[in-house]
Order: sequence, then C-alpha cells, then structure tokens
Amino acid sequence: MPSTDPKTEASDLALVTEIRSGDQGAMAALYDRYSSIVYAVALRVLQDTGAAEDVLQDIFMQLWRNPGAFDSSRGNMGAWLAVIARNRAIDALRKRRPENNIDDVIVSVEPDMASDAERSRAMEKVRGALDGMAVSQRSALEMAYFEGLTHVEIAAKTGEPLGTIKTRIRTGLLSLRKVLAA
Amino acid sequence: MNAHEQFADGLALYALGSLHGDERSTLETHLEGCASCRRELELLRGDMSLMALTTAGPKPPVRSRQRLMAAIAKEPHMPMVVEKPVAAAPRRSGWGLFAWTGWAAAAAMLLLAMSLMRNNSALVRDLTSVTAQYRDQGSKLQQANEIVATLLDPEAKKIELVAAGSKPQPRGKAIYERRNHNLIFFASSLPPLPPEKIYELWLFPANGGAPIAAGLFKPDARGSATVVNPPLPEGVEAKNFAVTLEPESGSHETPRGTVTIVGAGE
Repeated sequence: MPSTDPKTEASDLALVTEIRSGDQGAMAALYDRYSSIVYAVALRVLQDTGAAEDVLQDIFMQLWRNPGAFDSSRGNMGAWLAVIARNRAIDALRKRRPENNIDDVIVSVEPDMASDAERSRAMEKVRGALDGMAVSQRSALEMAYFEGLTHVEIAAKTGEPLGTIKTRIRTGLLSLRKVLAA
Repeated sequence: MNAHEQFADGLALYALGSLHGDERSTLETHLEGCASCRRELELLRGDMSLMALTTAGPKPPVRSRQRLMAAIAKEPHMPMVVEKPVAAAPRRSGWGLFAWTGWAAAAAMLLLAMSLMRNNSALVRDLTSVTAQYRDQGSKLQQANEIVATLLDPEAKKIELVAAGSKPQPRGKAIYERRNHNLIFFASSLPPLPPEKIYELWLFPANGGAPIAAGLFKPDARGSATVVNPPLPEGVEAKNFAVTLEPESGSHETPRGTVTIVGAGE
C-alpha cells in the first residue's frame, strides 16, 4: 500500500469522483481503505476465505462498474460497504440471488469509518454493547446478522415465541445505536 | 424512534433481509409513502454496519488486490461499442443441380447484413446520444455533490459577514421543499450550549397545527450547525421555522424551552 500517494488522503467522495472518470489508482485507494471491513464481514458470515474473496471482488467490481451507486447521500462509504458486504455474503451463504441492488441501500450512521481511529473507537463501544447484552438477545441478533436466519427460523431453533425474537433483534440493533450516541 | 410502531420490528427484519411474503410487500408499500419509516430503515442499516465492526479479522490476501486491479484494467469505463462488420457468407463452389440455392442464400445473407448494419448504425447513434446525456448528468451530479459536500464539510471555513464593527447575531436559514419534504437548515453564531441542553429545530405548519420537531443539533465551536433532511411528515406546508433551547433529550412534542431564533414571518 503506497503511503506517499496523495490518494490515500483524499476523501471518499473525491475518490468516487475520480473512479467515475476511470482512475484505477482511486479504485486502489478505496480498496486499501475498506477492503478489510468488507473481507472481515464476508469471512465471518461465510467462514471460507475463497468465498469471502469472491464477495470482496464482486463488491469492488460493482463499484468500479457503477460508481454512481454511491454518493454522499447514501451515508458514509465504509458503513455502506459493510452493509452491502454482509448482505452479499448472506446471499452467497443461502445460495440465493442478491436481494438488494446496491443502488437501493442507504445507510445512516455516525462514525466515519474512513478514519482508523474513529473506527477503532466505535468497534470498542459496539463490542462492549454486545458483551453487555443478555445471551438470548445477542444470540438472536448474531443468528439474524451473521447466519442470515429469519425470525421464524430463529424461533424454531430456540423455541422462543416469534414476537420475542422479532423484538430482541430490533432492540439489539437499537442498543448499538444508543451506545454510539452516548 | 420516529417510525410507526406497528412496523418497528418489521423494519429491523427488512433491513436484515429477513422479511418475506406479504409482510415484506406490505412494508415496502408503506415505505414508499412514509419518510419517517424510510429514515428509520436508514438508521437500522447504520446499526447493521456497526455489527460489521465486531468482525475484525485477517486482512484480505494480497492476491485479492491484484485480482481486482487486473479485472478493472480489463474493463475501462464507458467502453464504446464497436461492432464487428458482419462476415460475408462463404461462397459455395461447384455447379451442382441446386447451386442457385447458394446464391439465393448469399443474397438473403447480404440483405440481412445490410439490415443489421442499418440497425447497428441507429443503435450506435442512440448509444452516443445516451452516453452524452449520461456524461452531462454525471457532471451536473458531481457539481451538486461537490457543493453539498462543501456546505456540509465540518472542516469548511464558514464566515458570516456583518456590518463593520457590529457583533454577529445568531441567525439561521431554512430551505424547505414541501413536495418531497426536504429540509436543509443552516445556523450561525449560535450561543454555546449550556450543560445538558440542546437546540431543537421546529417547523410551524401553515394550517396552524402544532409545531413539528425537525431535529436536534449541537453547534460547533464557532456556533455553526447544519440539519439536513430530518424525518418530517408528508405534505406539510410550512409557515415558519424556529430554534429553541431544550433539555438534552429534546422536547419532540411541543417546544418548551426559550426561542433562540425564529423566522421573520412568525
């Protein structure tokens, strides 16, 4: 990763603008910035390095082919890519066609994932929030997020009522938001 | 939580891609007309991105980067379509009883080739026109993005000009578009917040209805702040806007604190 390249300091939006005009260096800079997030979430879901690399390749190729899919109104780039990576990995896990077009995903979140420092700070808080959750809630949230199980499947697996599972998933997600806002 | 309560759990499942069938289509229909639930969906996706932060692991192998760069090098942007000319039909040799059928087939192929070439020329013209439009719109969008990025950039220097010798007064500007309930609000020279207080923006409907909360915000060290597209109900005609000083959690239902700035019309 070239550290003297001015592209490493450029904003996400500036890089996307350069990608629009076909700048491969801008694409490389964006990859260097976010590939670790995309790969990590894909690997956690798929538990297979080859499959995770395919998701990584697929997402960045789509961004190259259609850089207009991202603009600043869709949220910050790191968060947007993280959500798309998770969704694509779940699609791959469940061997189904992608359900969401990347153009349709809008993400609103506070930490700017372009900054390593802010990313680490947020990571610490989110991990703390997960550790602080009741085991049943954390488990429901992780099954929905990392295994792509539906609330019906989770209810069947745990023997808990459907409504309880739905609420656990939502309140689990909300508690992450709260801990970041605190 | 501004989303409609009956859709609250469904929205989280929808964000996760776990909602199917009738529940999904009912929610999607509702989302088309409900800005508040669309906003909540964006926030839930934000929460999902936070979950991704818990997955830090090994970095992708170097070969992944090489593979990507090799792939994009093969796909330069906006490739122009260059059709290969249709190959001429191979000539048949020989003078057999049915040799004329070869000439007929060649003639048919020639006619077909001419027709395809005409269609191809029309398609190339269309493509050129669409490409030009795409570039033009892309350029306008890029310009708009740059303007918005500058306006919203916390690092951008925002200097308010006032009469020489006078002290800057708190002021705000609300730009509101009812049809899509888009709102952009800029404030400047706001006094620093007292402890456990926050500023809240309010929309006063033209029909005289109760004020609508339009976002909580904290100004930066220079007293500047921006609120962009807070969740608002559809179709509300605005008569005025005001900013009040509220307890840190906001008042939401009705302004309770002191008014800091208000539109000139109120």
